[in-house]
Amino acid sequence: MKKIVYTLLVLLGACLQGLAQQTPAPVQKEAITITGATAHIGDGTVIENATLVFENGKIIALGTNETPKGTVIDAMGKHLYPGFIAPNKSLGLIEVNAVRASNDQDEIGDLIPHVRSLIAYNAESKVVESMRPNGVLLAQITPQGGRISGTSSIVQFDAWNWEDAAIKEDDGIHLHWPNSFRRGRWWMGEERGFKPNDQYDEQLAEVEGFMQGASAYGKGTAKETNPAFEAMQGLYDGSQTLYLYADGEKEIIDGITMAKKVGVKKVVLVGGYHAYKVTDFLKQHSIPVLVQFTHNLPNFDYEDYDLPYKLPKLLSDAGLLVALQNGEASNFQTRNLPFYAGQVVAQGLDKEKALALITGNTAKILGIDNAYGTLAVGKSATLFLSEGDALDMRGNQLLYAFIDGRKLSLDTHQTQLWKRYMGKYEGK
Amino acid sequence: MKTRLLALALFCGGLLQAQDYFPKNDGVKSKNNNYTAFTNAKIYVTPTQTIDGGTLLIQNGKVVQSGKSIALPQNTVVVDLNGKWIYPSFIDAYSKFGIEQAKRAPRSGRTAQYDSSREGFYWNDHVRPETNAISNLKYDDKKAKELRQAGFGVVNSHIQDGIARGSGVLISLNGKGNDADRILNDRSAQYFSFERSIANNQSYPTSLMGSMALLRQMYHDASWYAKGNIATKDRSLEALNKNKDMMQIFYAGDKGHVVRADGIGDAFGIQFAIVGGGDEYERIADIKETGAKLILPLNFPKAYDVSNPYHATYVSLADMRHWNQAPANPKILAENGVSFSFTAHDLKSIKDFKTNLLKAIDHGLSKTKALEALTTVPAQLLGASGKIGSLQNGRWANFLITSGDLFDSKTTLYENWVQGHKNVISDMSLKDIRGDYTLSAAGNTFLLSIRGEAGKPKATVKQDTIKLSPKFSYKNDWVVLSFTDKDKNNYRMTGLVSEASDNLNGKVVLATGNEGSFTAVKTKAFEKPEKGEKNEKAPPELVGVTFPNIAYGNTLIPAAENLLFKNATVWTSEASGILENTDVLVKNGKIAKVGKDLSTGGAKVIDATGKHLTAGIIDEHSHIAALSINEAGHNSSAEVEMEDVVDPEDKGIYHALAGGVTSLQLLHGSANPIGGRSAILKLKWGESAENMIYDNSPKFIKFALGENVKQSNWQSFSRFPQTRMGVEQVFMNYFQRAKEYEVRKKSGQPFRYDEEMETLVEIMNGERFISCHSYVQSEINMMMKVAEKFGFRVNTFTHILEGYKVADKMAKHGAGGGTFSDWWAYKFEVNDAIPYNAAIMQSQGVTVAINSDDAEMIRRLNQEAGKIVKYGGLSEEEAWKMVTINPAKLLHLDDRTGSIKVGKDADLVLWSDHPLSVYAKAEKTIIDGATYFDIEKDKQMREAVKQERNRLINMMLKEKAGGGKMQGAKMKRKELMHCESL
Repeated sequence: MKKIVYTLLVLLGACLQGLAQQTPAPVQKEAITITGATAHIGDGTVIENATLVFENGKIIALGTNETPKGTVIDAMGKHLYPGFIAPNKSLGLIEVNAVRASNDQDEIGDLIPHVRSLIAYNAESKVVESMRPNGVLLAQITPQGGRISGTSSIVQFDAWNWEDAAIKEDDGIHLHWPNSFRRGRWWMGEERGFKPNDQYDEQLAEVEGFMQGASAYGKGTAKETNPAFEAMQGLYDGSQTLYLYADGEKEIIDGITMAKKVGVKKVVLVGGYHAYKVTDFLKQHSIPVLVQFTHNLPNFDYEDYDLPYKLPKLLSDAGLLVALQNGEASNFQTRNLPFYAGQVVAQGLDKEKALALITGNTAKILGIDNAYGTLAVGKSATLFLSEGDALDMRGNQLLYAFIDGRKLSLDTHQTQLWKRYMGKYEGK
Repeated sequence: MKTRLLALALFCGGLLQAQDYFPKNDGVKSKNNNYTAFTNAKIYVTPTQTIDGGTLLIQNGKVVQSGKSIALPQNTVVVDLNGKWIYPSFIDAYSKFGIEQAKRAPRSGRTAQYDSSREGFYWNDHVRPETNAISNLKYDDKKAKELRQAGFGVVNSHIQDGIARGSGVLISLNGKGNDADRILNDRSAQYFSFERSIANNQSYPTSLMGSMALLRQMYHDASWYAKGNIATKDRSLEALNKNKDMMQIFYAGDKGHVVRADGIGDAFGIQFAIVGGGDEYERIADIKETGAKLILPLNFPKAYDVSNPYHATYVSLADMRHWNQAPANPKILAENGVSFSFTAHDLKSIKDFKTNLLKAIDHGLSKTKALEALTTVPAQLLGASGKIGSLQNGRWANFLITSGDLFDSKTTLYENWVQGHKNVISDMSLKDIRGDYTLSAAGNTFLLSIRGEAGKPKATVKQDTIKLSPKFSYKNDWVVLSFTDKDKNNYRMTGLVSEASDNLNGKVVLATGNEGSFTAVKTKAFEKPEKGEKNEKAPPELVGVTFPNIAYGNTLIPAAENLLFKNATVWTSEASGILENTDVLVKNGKIAKVGKDLSTGGAKVIDATGKHLTAGIIDEHSHIAALSINEAGHNSSAEVEMEDVVDPEDKGIYHALAGGVTSLQLLHGSANPIGGRSAILKLKWGESAENMIYDNSPKFIKFALGENVKQSNWQSFSRFPQTRMGVEQVFMNYFQRAKEYEVRKKSGQPFRYDEEMETLVEIMNGERFISCHSYVQSEINMMMKVAEKFGFRVNTFTHILEGYKVADKMAKHGAGGGTFSDWWAYKFEVNDAIPYNAAIMQSQGVTVAINSDDAEMIRRLNQEAGKIVKYGGLSEEEAWKMVTINPAKLLHLDDRTGSIKVGKDADLVLWSDHPLSVYAKAEKTIIDGATYFDIEKDKQMREAVKQERNRLINMMLKEKAGGGKMQGAKMKRKELMHCESL
């Protein structure tokens, strides 16, 4: 038995690390100019026939009449985008879902804000690497599970280690709000389906008690450190964001009301399946929404078949700040982020606004818009050039990608296998 | 009055009679052969034969005669019913009366129990025809009384546990006799269900389709045993064979299961009587076609409490509708000529029986049909018409005496006689004392008012204008009244009601202990509140049934139309490629013409300018529209059929149509190396399961390799195989045995019909194709080698994420591949899965399809095909084939569907945009020329759904305001199925 376990570990090790990861790119040495591209800014606007110049990792010029500098990339007919940003992911925290040894995404305990994702983030994950050829270059790495799952950090996808990867450390706390209805525990003989959660009020009180406790702790001078309370302090001074996961109308209203009551400064709603029914409330409290991704089924049979497709549009049309997240999907799916946004275009949302759902809006919500999320002078040169429309699988074909001006390899474990086996067949 | 007491005494004497030949030591033997006659009654001899002002004569517990004028023997006790009504008492053919509920077996840890725990019985512990109710029966006096109060006289009870449940017992609810009198038949009906025995842990079957396969194999084995081919003793099969002479009753519990149970019966020449679920009205034509007699639980859903709008969110339209429509089920069945009886099974409170019965009548069920369902139909169904169910001569004297029409809410049930024994439910000899009285006691005067039911009246007492709170009872002719007056003095009084006077009088005891007498002088007779009678209840308001009967069901099942698509970009999926500005004519469900400027020829014209017309998408690997996916009880389940468990009511079908899917293969899951047989469906939303399954469907079966069949990802260490080495051996062993089976079968010698072996023989003979769940190259290679050894071909490798590593071998073997576009990293065996897989396999000559295995992805398979252009650079035309003609080829349907070619089925999708684009929407999805999804109609349906929900919510609020019984908001929810669903 021991032998089997050992063999498995060795095998696993061999497979997970057998093929080398792409080496992180060196810092940008000379200026690069991209000319003639359709530049999709990420804030809802577009510049045709644009020239963009970046140097030392920063965009130094962007317009239709800019002077090229350094290496010039002729991008006539091509499309230029800011790097896509994936919020609420456990990329780098788990490699193979079914292999327990590779799982670092869910710590035990229900209220564990002190658990930090960043230090477990595997910058050399093959799954992370596979994001890049689709334009997904940044993510918020988030612990999963429990009521308060921990503290997230924001990383970029071309790094030697987690320290290099971090672009915003410990940006927020993730609170999964209780549900007023719960699924039947069929394995205990209950009917499948929804029934009222008779512990909702109790669960709500528990969260509120904890949040109030953390707030009081911060005001006092406790002699003994409480790591959980300690980790919450950024919420009350506004240096950290509370990511509140709620889907139902009641849950959304309860959650936000409580967060405000206990003095949380910044709240972002995550999920928001029925947020479109409480848009007035959300606007009144200026709550941005990281809405669930579009490739989902309606929760209830009587709902429109395309409700998940159009959710971001419904919220966007109501005047809310909206971005997309696919926290509930497997990490590997996150490379489909651009197509989640594309799906909303089919529902009538303007293409550039749809792009903002995974770039400019996301950066604003995550608080990294000073450097990322849009193409603008002074911001990081984290961007890519695509053969065609990057929100459509027909056009998403990356030619170049840059993070902080560094030119990335677009190869992956997967492209290598492709080449290797095509080589085998073509060599015959 | 005296008569009543006398009759009671006589019958009490009668019931103590023991059997003639029993010794008696506590007295002398005596016999009571007196007659009892009930005169001046309206008698329902049967539901259709009534006698007005008739007489019913009984003796020794049986009916002697009934009629208008009967010569009464001299030793007759006469009971003058004075215009009351007599009905035969009710029969419940599906009861667990007197049988202890089976106890749930403790879970035997994590390790599954594969073998039977019994010796000398059938190999499966859930098949228990040898059990019988008579050995487990313990007469339950309390329950019997409850049932008699509800009108029942006889029940057929049995052990409600397991798939074959053994024989029942027909028992009278005769509390005054003993089992020697009560048991009318100790071998009455043999019972079945699809549900495992909860008292047994043997793992097989884990699924509905497994239960169905087990029942079939059980019947095959029973006949094999009957012919003397099994050397050892099998008490289960022996009992099953012996019980053949009884009525066979199947517990189904819903409309789909009714059809399933009947289908099993048909295959073995058995017509089951079937216990339904109350939703038969939703598929009335299919139910009628079974020809089965039904036993219906008289149980209607309560209204949902939707007063909290957030709660209303969690109530589905289907459940709201069922609340509204279900009470009409009996009426609809009766109108369609389906014969049924009622059962009180499933009722939480037996008191609801009458309420629901009246509700069914309010919803249009005729009183005659209702009475038949309670008497003659169950009697006939149990083969006991000669004994019970009517008051014809010689039947048991089981009857009800009522104040009037049984189906009137105001009618009182006075007595329920069982086997000639009286059981009083409500005293009919009580004088009606209702009215207003002036009550005088201890010098004070009160106003006493007695109202309510004659048999159970209520009283109010007023002193001047002050209302007091009296305690009042009226039983066995005695009134008892007590109250405290306005000066806090208490009064206790009691008196015997006299036949001679309308006034009441008797004794009063005061607070002081002083005794005296009271009198109450009647001042006013009771007036029946007749107001309610006049405004007849408005007929219940019912919402319409749709097909299926859930949100977005069709009011009418779509019919084929002749259609002309003008000026489309036509993706033919044929050598002719993509044709611009082209017309396609659909006639009689087929593609009639493809060309430019076609004339309409009377067809409905659809302007497709700027749009794309393609063949319908085909998903080679799907688990939507299924009630179960895996039969995980054995490592081979070749005997199970997905066709048995097609769920035509899954909204996933509508979602798939909205994504342009017209056909799919519903596959068994990947729990076992040898899985179950597939169902291949056209997504004809609204049709029955049977009509969705392809005619002359190609035969397929699911095989599986790797981590799932090794049970690698959960704590299971006892089942073979645990390694890929073992997986090969399972196949080798099964195919070798199948080969030997076929040799014996062909030799002309008798052979045990084996559903599993039959299936494997089909595979080896190329009559059934394999769709094999597979990931890594070693196992793919192995499977092909096993097939080659036994002389057949693996038709399709599904998932096949490392197919690219052995694409050349697959092409040589002739296997196709159905794969995901870009899935990986979810388990160890997909570590080397790459999105270039489809393109590489295609480049080596493998026929490749992109499939979903997912209820969500199925509605975007066009986009998944688009990804193959991105990953691997396939041409758009070739990529599109991967979701149309290629899966059609893999499923051997390419002569019928999968491309736009004259003569093929008109399975088409009209897209708003380039079909491989994320921006494209399916606007129309057409199957066999009928439009099953239309984006414009969908818009109208959204509005209709909203309005109907609102209408039903208002109806439920009204029900709540009217004091109706409610239930909390909740929602049944289907599990989303995939390969690993259990």
